[in-house]
Amino acid sequence: MDRAFTTGLAIFALLLIAPMALELMGAGYLSGLLIKAMLLAIAAISLNLLIAHGGMVSLGHAAFVAVGAYAAAIALESGIENILVLLAITLAVTAAVALVTGALALRTSGVYFLMITLAFGQMIFFTLSSLAAYGGDDGLTLWSLATLWGSDVVQNGSGLYFVILATMIAAWWGVHRISEARFGRVLRAARDNPQRTAIMGYNVKRYQLVAYVIAAMIAGVSGLLTMQHAEFVSPALAAWQRSGDLIVVVVLGGLSSRNGAILGAFFIVLAEEILSQFLHEWRLLYGPLLVVMVLYAKGGLSDLLSRPAKA
Amino acid sequence: MLELRNLNKRFGALQVTRDVSVSVSATTCHALIGPNGAGKTTLIHQISGVLQPDSGEIMLDGRNLLPLSMDQRAQAGLSRTFQITSVLPSFSVLENVAIAVQAKSGSSMRFLRRAARETALNARAMEILTRIDLVDRAHMRAGDLSHGELRLVELALALAGEPKLLLLDEPMAGLGQRESARLIDFLGSLKGHIPMLLVEHDMDAIFKLSDSVSVLVDGAVVATGTPQQIREDPITRAAYLGEDTV
Amino acid sequence: MSLTLFLILVLNGIQYGILLFLIAAGLTLVFGVMGFINLAHGVQYMVGAYLVFAFYSMTGSFGLAMVLSLVTALAFGLFLEFFIFRHLYERSHLDQVLATFGIIIFLNELAKVVFGPTTLSIDPPEFLSGSVQLTEQLRYPVYRFATIIAGLVVAAALFAIVSYTRVGMLIRAGATSPEIVSALGVNIKRLFMIVFGVGAMLAGLAGVIAAPIFAIEPGMGDNILIVAFVVIITGGIGSIGGAFVAALLVGLIDTLGRSLSVELLSAVFSPSVANQIGPALASMLIYVLMAAILIFRPKGLLPARGVA
Repeated sequence: MDRAFTTGLAIFALLLIAPMALELMGAGYLSGLLIKAMLLAIAAISLNLLIAHGGMVSLGHAAFVAVGAYAAAIALESGIENILVLLAITLAVTAAVALVTGALALRTSGVYFLMITLAFGQMIFFTLSSLAAYGGDDGLTLWSLATLWGSDVVQNGSGLYFVILATMIAAWWGVHRISEARFGRVLRAARDNPQRTAIMGYNVKRYQLVAYVIAAMIAGVSGLLTMQHAEFVSPALAAWQRSGDLIVVVVLGGLSSRNGAILGAFFIVLAEEILSQFLHEWRLLYGPLLVVMVLYAKGGLSDLLSRPAKA
Repeated sequence: MLELRNLNKRFGALQVTRDVSVSVSATTCHALIGPNGAGKTTLIHQISGVLQPDSGEIMLDGRNLLPLSMDQRAQAGLSRTFQITSVLPSFSVLENVAIAVQAKSGSSMRFLRRAARETALNARAMEILTRIDLVDRAHMRAGDLSHGELRLVELALALAGEPKLLLLDEPMAGLGQRESARLIDFLGSLKGHIPMLLVEHDMDAIFKLSDSVSVLVDGAVVATGTPQQIREDPITRAAYLGEDTV
Repeated sequence: MSLTLFLILVLNGIQYGILLFLIAAGLTLVFGVMGFINLAHGVQYMVGAYLVFAFYSMTGSFGLAMVLSLVTALAFGLFLEFFIFRHLYERSHLDQVLATFGIIIFLNELAKVVFGPTTLSIDPPEFLSGSVQLTEQLRYPVYRFATIIAGLVVAAALFAIVSYTRVGMLIRAGATSPEIVSALGVNIKRLFMIVFGVGAMLAGLAGVIAAPIFAIEPGMGDNILIVAFVVIITGGIGSIGGAFVAALLVGLIDTLGRSLSVELLSAVFSPSVANQIGPALASMLIYVLMAAILIFRPKGLLPARGVA
């Protein structure tokens, strides 16, 4: 059992008892903040697979969160209520979009890949904005939510918090297993030296595409749960600034750490909450903080927290 | 085993490969020599799939390589080392070789089992490392190794896939006397077991290892023969005038 | 669609394209010569717009305000280069994205704090107000026309400098082989500073020019920045000529697309539907263009080949 694993378990244990503890302290509303952080963490975990293991920096990843949210919302509006069916739809739709955009994007690399993922993200943003029947620019408020075979256990005020926590744990575990398996090893080899990896006999693009699709699907699930929690979807979910935010979360948390994405997400959400209490214009601090971090704290939070042992 | 027929390649106005034909039979080591800029590495790039020739044929064991991508050629049995060391710096030496072994050991679209624990892959990797005497570096990060050690890792990676043919692009590049001798010995042990196409400047190696030699000047083959014949060939001597004497 | 309307759209498209060129020129040089992804280039544009607003309010003279704004924009750009960007040239693109992202966040917030979150506007200067009669039916605002002329002049000057002067040659060389330029003993730091400063000033100029036409608001640089990236990718990174052609292309496609799309879609769908889908689909057009370029002609339309 290594350090990173136990740190992860500790975080999950804390999150498990948090709702009850917060309720006792009379701060039950803070559960909402934790949910926000967990939803962000799920998307960040998926991006971590791409950036840290695949070496693929995408500036359009938030679009998949949006695609997932909208796929579920539209299905819901069409009468499909069962969350498991919605899950299947979300996975299928995000996978399809990722397959097409990924195959095209992977014909480029480096900064061109960055740009083309940005372009696709924008295309998705504008497509969602044009869905007049589903609110267009203003977004769509959902009047009924997903259920689990009729039960509202997967809704706010009931079990949604735990569903999201379980999903986050599953994503955390899943991405880690994938990265340690043969697939992940090839992905990281390609990140290190794509030509050498190809010469060894690996079809690098194929592995990268699969990683891209897997990451998109996980992000899509984050979108589904976001819809369920916020009871609202809007094209803003796909804004390129959101993709930028995701990159910040992943790097801030620490690229080489197993828990980086989760740490980054919680830090960002909590910091924003706390800072905004003191200073309405907290972004005046946040911006320079990012710059300072890039210039001086390369390994991110997990590096700062666990020197010298690498988490 | 390897047949190059009438290969041609040009970059704009520069013809880098002129009607090159080379043959490497299944039990031999064939050397490719020539002055700098002759087009030797470019030729290796074309055989391994890094570059595409404009015309000509490349056959490996009777199979046409031209429609195949880099990775497909590797799967077909081709293996190469790079003149400028190209390994996976963030992995350990053992993992580097294990990953190369993995490429030929079934599908890598596996998502659950920990690859680092696959004993078959590790055993095979260790076997190779033992043969080239790199075992004590097995767990070191590849990026931290010395130049000489990295040339050995290059070779280990090329051997890992149990290739049908080995393309060696200046394996001795940058090595000192002792390291070169060690490598020559090792390659000597491979002779007869694996056919090789060896690009080298080191004449000692050429003599000790190769059964036949092709001389490449300005992209074209100007002479072919045994090492002894090439040494006495006037065209080759002229081409090397001012460089290492043959 | 009448011919007059079409011509107006074309002129607007050219004008938008010129604006994009001014922003993209700096961006493409900085990226081409220094390999530096500057997401904060958009805020230079915003800074230019706010500066001219501030100076115009203070001095009452547009000309003076423009000069002051350009000087300040240049100084600001050099300030950023010296204290922050200089340390990022050697870093990965990921780090550059993050740091410049932080700068965008900070400056957008600062704009909100100093000038307020609402949209501001200024009128074009007196001597450039009114409309000019171009054809029998076509009247076009003088100011917009002037910006097209001004933009073309700047483009020509830029092209001349890059093609015919020594500094320009170094810039072109730097765009294709920065290591060689450095190895030749050229003071690379000073070259970078010049390139960056000029780029920042051009973006600021674009902001100054745009101020009387578009809304001045925090975050105004963000979306035009993305379009600028589309321009430089389409034109070819490091290429001034490419940026010019691509900027006009993008400007025309975007402007014409927005209006024509509704027309074309109306033929198939009901007018209200067409009105809603049209602009959104039109917004996608330029991204489709960029994606196509990246896939079929990744070096861009007019790649930098030592020739601007």
